[in-house]
Amino acid sequence: MAKMKLYIGASNPPMSSEMKTGDWGTELAYIDKEKCIACGQCITFCPEPATSMVEEDDKKYAVVNHDYCKGCWICFTVCPVDAIEMRTKDIYKVEVC
Amino acid sequence: MNYFGPGHGACPGCGFPIAIRGAIEALDGKVIAVNSTGCLEIVSSMYGRNTWGVPYIHSLFENAGAVAAGIETALKALKRDKEAHVVVFAGDGATFDIGIGTLSGMMDRDHNVIYICYDNEAYQNTGNQQSMATPPGARTTTTPVGKLQPGKIGKKKDMVEIAVAHNIPYAASASIAYPKDFQRKVKRASEFEGSKYIQVHAPCVTGWGIDGKLTVEVARLAVETGLYPLVEYEHGKLVKVRKLKQRKPVEEYLKIQRRFRHLFKHEMGKDILDQLQRIADENAEKYGLDA
Amino acid sequence: MRKVVRGFYAIAEAVRLSRPNVIAAYPITPQTEIVENLAEMYANGELGDAEYVTAESEFGAASMVLGASAAGARAFTATSSQGLLLMTEVLYNAAGMRLPIVLVVANRSVSAPLSIWNDIQDSISVRDAGIIQLYVESNQEAHDMLPLAFKVAENRDVLLPFMICVDGFKLTHAYEPVDLLDQETVDKFLPPYEPAVKLDVNSPVAMGCYAPPPYYMEFRVAMECAMERASRVMLEEFERWYELTGRNWGGHVVAENCEDAEVVVVAMGSVVALVREVVNRMREGGKKVGLLKIRTYRPFPSEDVRKALENAGKVIVIERALSIGAEPPVTADVKSAIFGLDAEVYPVVMGLGGRDIPRELVEKVIDDVMEGKVKPEKRFEGLNEFEEVIP
Repeated sequence: MAKMKLYIGASNPPMSSEMKTGDWGTELAYIDKEKCIACGQCITFCPEPATSMVEEDDKKYAVVNHDYCKGCWICFTVCPVDAIEMRTKDIYKVEVC
Repeated sequence: MNYFGPGHGACPGCGFPIAIRGAIEALDGKVIAVNSTGCLEIVSSMYGRNTWGVPYIHSLFENAGAVAAGIETALKALKRDKEAHVVVFAGDGATFDIGIGTLSGMMDRDHNVIYICYDNEAYQNTGNQQSMATPPGARTTTTPVGKLQPGKIGKKKDMVEIAVAHNIPYAASASIAYPKDFQRKVKRASEFEGSKYIQVHAPCVTGWGIDGKLTVEVARLAVETGLYPLVEYEHGKLVKVRKLKQRKPVEEYLKIQRRFRHLFKHEMGKDILDQLQRIADENAEKYGLDA
Repeated sequence: MRKVVRGFYAIAEAVRLSRPNVIAAYPITPQTEIVENLAEMYANGELGDAEYVTAESEFGAASMVLGASAAGARAFTATSSQGLLLMTEVLYNAAGMRLPIVLVVANRSVSAPLSIWNDIQDSISVRDAGIIQLYVESNQEAHDMLPLAFKVAENRDVLLPFMICVDGFKLTHAYEPVDLLDQETVDKFLPPYEPAVKLDVNSPVAMGCYAPPPYYMEFRVAMECAMERASRVMLEEFERWYELTGRNWGGHVVAENCEDAEVVVVAMGSVVALVREVVNRMREGGKKVGLLKIRTYRPFPSEDVRKALENAGKVIVIERALSIGAEPPVTADVKSAIFGLDAEVYPVVMGLGGRDIPRELVEKVIDDVMEGKVKPEKRFEGLNEFEEVIP
């Protein structure tokens, strides 16, 4: 077995992005590209951060990286134009009988 | 590279990451971060999985002020002091309680450090035990609600005033509900030479008994009711206050949090509710909150 | 330059010559005069670019040198007794973070009852922290060991804090002739500090991360490995020091008259000088007595101790600290080092809280053992008979 590398005095470079915390929640945020006014509120408030701004065909809008979205609803509550929708992940859509 | 996150382990809806990222961005990443033991440390600094894109150090629960002072002193001695801002990120337990000695020493010697306390009003990392930042009436695991006790008895310590009393150049309170205001304050703080203290109100979803839907709203209500006034001091003078057009009754803030819900049923709850409203009224009077 | 100086000055002067970047300290008797001297040097501009800060407590002082060291500075502090106990949490932390800070402990008893006088209970109480501990016999030795402490601590095979233990008052306040080092000599021996890692915006690292169970044990064992390597590094530096200054302090231990000794007295710190005098006089009288001076207490030089005590039938350990409820600390280490050898060990506790250790008492202790008057078990000497009374 390969020997464990032990960094003395300080940790190795940041590796937290390998932690795909997007699987934590039961829901994920989705941004409606058409409704989005690119105000950046969801980016300012996202605790992860899982949101970022993209530009496509002259249209600027925010997107959510589902690798890190914990489904916390914060972006949903701060969006001024109701462009964000919270959707339950498929695996949590179970029928209770 | 990101300055903070993603992939950290804060609970969904946690308030403080908004402040941490906001502060580092406000300083363009020119930051050496000093962190006391607590929620932030635990969610961000696991060996091999650390989440900091800026140099970061965690030593103990109660010594962030002194560690920051030591770093600042070293940078000065090594003529590296223009390299970065030394910024402490410490919870309210580390700031109000166990670490107040080293913080006081740091401010007394006026080390060139920005000390940011993320105030979630209890020891939330270990599951919601009271701190001196816990407001009256709050249910914590060490101030449980019982027949004889309606949650915490006592007051919330006024750390901003204590910081001001150290004659430091800058002290302010802020809230994650107003991230631009917070970032402006961090930037303003960085313009002064000496010790700066900023206390940012950051809801804890588990300890306060809310979910992420309420994180921002509850933080905003704390400000809008007058319970968490946003104030700013420069060289001991109150220079700015966030005015409230229509100050809301404290019940609006309290009733949506599980930690205060018992106050509306408990025999002694009425007294605490009155006390909390009185605190808000006194804040309004003291800082001239009402527009 | 040979001068008659007081211990605290000899120490402060050696700190200055070691070119520290940051000194943070808090006054406590009998250490105070060390930092007072450094403060004065700072005020007079004699410390170069170094910064000197008086902290709000020893806890703050230790935390400041921790932060300074993490930022890439050569950092120094000094303390005593309660101050060391107050620093303890930080010192464990600094050792675990592998920060090469150097501190001088002016050894003093711990409270209660409050006592400002000398024993070594304070530094003994932090022996498990992962800090190198060296006990000196004289102010010359304290003076010489300071540059060496920085060099050993900063060696990349080591990276552990280094504590020089100097008996409070007995050495710190004593006037002794000391060959004071000059800057050129120290610079030849001790290069400028090049930190292995540091807090730097240009290459961000995270220091003081928490380690989950898959890692924690490795980090602690790595400290154990570093301590073992420190043993070798120290011997190399002792040798270099001898070559450079002509002063040979020996290795981790110094064995005198041990080869044919029936009784060997083991001692640490300033009491060694007294024991040496007694031993030499008894030798002149034909008694086969030897002295084993332990200099390095952590890493404990088990092999050296075993080798020195190979032929000794009886070993007296002079203890100036207790491990209440168990064998005194040095005895426990000595016994484990000589396990299996055919030697009887006589722990003798004396001199606690500044209680005088007269020459005659040391002679009597040795005679009693030689003549078979006492059993090989923990004994207290220089103690008044007393009965406990609950008021």
